[in-house]
Amino acid sequence: MGRTLYDKLWDSHVVHVEDDGTALLYIDRHLVHEVTSPQAYEGLKLAGRKPWRADSIVATADHNTPTTGWERGLAGIEDPIARLQVETLTSNISEHGAKAYFPFLDRRQGIVHVIGPEQGATLPGMTVVCGDSHTSTHGAFGCLAHGIGTSEVEHVLATQCLVQRKMKNLRITVEGALGRGVSAKDVALAVIGRIGTAGGTGCAVEFAGSAVRSLTMEGRMTLCNMAIEAGARAGMVGVDDTTIQYLKGRPFSPAGSEWDQAVATWRMFQSDADAKFDAEVRLDAREIAPQVTWGTSPEMVVSVATAVPDPDREKDPVRREGMERALAYMGLKPKTPIQEIRIDKVFIGSCTNSRIEDLRAAAAVVKGRRIASSVKLAMVVPGSGLVKAQAEKEGLDKVFRDSGFEWREPGCSMCLAMNADRLEPGERCASTSNRNFEGRQGAGGRTHLVSPAMAAAAAIAGHFVDVRDVR
Amino acid sequence: MEKFTVLNGLVAPLDRANVDTDAIIPKQFLKSIKRTGYGENCFDAWRYLDVGEPGMDNAKRPLNPDFALNQPRYRGAEILLARKNFGCGSSREHAPWALRQYGFKCVIAPSYGDIFYNNSFKNGLLPVVLTESQVDQLFYDCALPGFRLVVDLDRQTVATPEGATSYRFEVDPSRRHSLLNGLDEIGLTLRHADRIREFEARRKAQLPWLFR
Repeated sequence: MGRTLYDKLWDSHVVHVEDDGTALLYIDRHLVHEVTSPQAYEGLKLAGRKPWRADSIVATADHNTPTTGWERGLAGIEDPIARLQVETLTSNISEHGAKAYFPFLDRRQGIVHVIGPEQGATLPGMTVVCGDSHTSTHGAFGCLAHGIGTSEVEHVLATQCLVQRKMKNLRITVEGALGRGVSAKDVALAVIGRIGTAGGTGCAVEFAGSAVRSLTMEGRMTLCNMAIEAGARAGMVGVDDTTIQYLKGRPFSPAGSEWDQAVATWRMFQSDADAKFDAEVRLDAREIAPQVTWGTSPEMVVSVATAVPDPDREKDPVRREGMERALAYMGLKPKTPIQEIRIDKVFIGSCTNSRIEDLRAAAAVVKGRRIASSVKLAMVVPGSGLVKAQAEKEGLDKVFRDSGFEWREPGCSMCLAMNADRLEPGERCASTSNRNFEGRQGAGGRTHLVSPAMAAAAAIAGHFVDVRDVR
Repeated sequence: MEKFTVLNGLVAPLDRANVDTDAIIPKQFLKSIKRTGYGENCFDAWRYLDVGEPGMDNAKRPLNPDFALNQPRYRGAEILLARKNFGCGSSREHAPWALRQYGFKCVIAPSYGDIFYNNSFKNGLLPVVLTESQVDQLFYDCALPGFRLVVDLDRQTVATPEGATSYRFEVDPSRRHSLLNGLDEIGLTLRHADRIREFEARRKAQLPWLFR
């Protein structure tokens, strides 16, 4: 019988299976950042252990790093607790080693899920883990990639393996052509709106169909990134020419005769035509409009052309209460047209939407226009130093600055607001990030998740608008 | 790893679905490089009326009287009764650390975020899955002051102390075994070190670019 992409990835990494079906799975790539690793390295040290294979590690500092004041060096991290965490990563890597480390201030530093693929450190057929739930991003390359906790970070450091049980296979097929102004982010949000934030729990999700095939690698990364917001630890897309073309010539991609050998093995990393999935979900790409979240969970999402839903129409009491609580937190009334919601801040960035194509899409909307006077802050935080450099080469920084945007240094920034970039209580933000949880972007802050083009259009108008109407 | 065998504990209810790990322990407390000190900031944004920052004297902060866990009747609770998709979101293991350090040893819910579920076992925090109707019933029962449950991992049961209600729950045999015995999982994996080396050598021969 045919195998799914996930079946193939699983089968090719099983080191040992216990009687109860628990397997020891070999890990090829371990991405490490400053927030979830210090306790793991400490645990390793306390047990007198050493990393099993330091050359599997690619590390960077991204969560805590500031997006301004880089000229001040490490002192630019004003919070001493955060600075210590960044310094601890540097000392752990220098003590234990890594294949590559892109520290704070390095020109290749950036969000771990942006720099892995950018460097060619994420390759098809790999298992990729990181102490970060958005590791699902790397599944775009035909990898089994998922987030792990700190105990598992230590486990991988010490053994190069994880103890796993096989997940279920869920295929989400999106057929048809996406409309103008509709992006991978809108597909991701539409999927979550359909299946809910627990719809993919216990599953490895494969995204398939002509709409997914026609996405660029960056679009596929956006889609797989959000798999975790649908409850699935891992999202993935099968390998095709788009995957292979993206990888050619990257710093850590294989080269020379090894490249051809690698490409030949990579081609197998797609589901067989007769593969069986445990569950299937189908969406029609033509029906997907630009999406805007209205609540405090990514599943609380609607088309920009509609209105905030009415809890009175929800029959399930737990859901209804959740909706009412979300509306109270968000300061919104039922049935308010989405396009009447006014915003205070705009954030373009995060591991979901901070790559060069995201910045190009946003720049195309703001070019020659000014942000609304009611918008207190609009900022662009590129995903990496290399994305930033490329954008500057194309003059995008000037487009953004001329429109009134701030052009920042790379990092996670206001996606989770661990650094100084945050919302004040009650402030409302159009954000290209991945989570609209209460307080995610700052205590009391109100987040609306949108695509880069939609965030840009909202910055100009001062409220949400349908980017399909913007010329 | 910390053991879990049998727990007879006071139950506290948290009646909302999709409680994410950002809510369990907000990001500003993740800057610490330690494994401890998270309990006082567990559910920080719901628990206190002011905005919490690391280094504050939490004993002096104003408590939110509307937050269920602040009610005196739930003081000392060791079992958290929750709704579906508990612990969704971020992979931060600080979430089970915070719950454990708050005093919880067990969570009962209809479903969990996958990564949180996995992380909990590594920290002596047992995440029990019951059906939605069983959880509904427990929320109803929990209205009784001093409502306690006995969670027995060996027998895989959640029961009232006098045994009038008893529910069976499922859990992976390997996770159950590790938690019952407080085993060091890394030590267990390293028993297979030769197998890992063999696998690695084979992989390196076949796919050398993965090891450059």
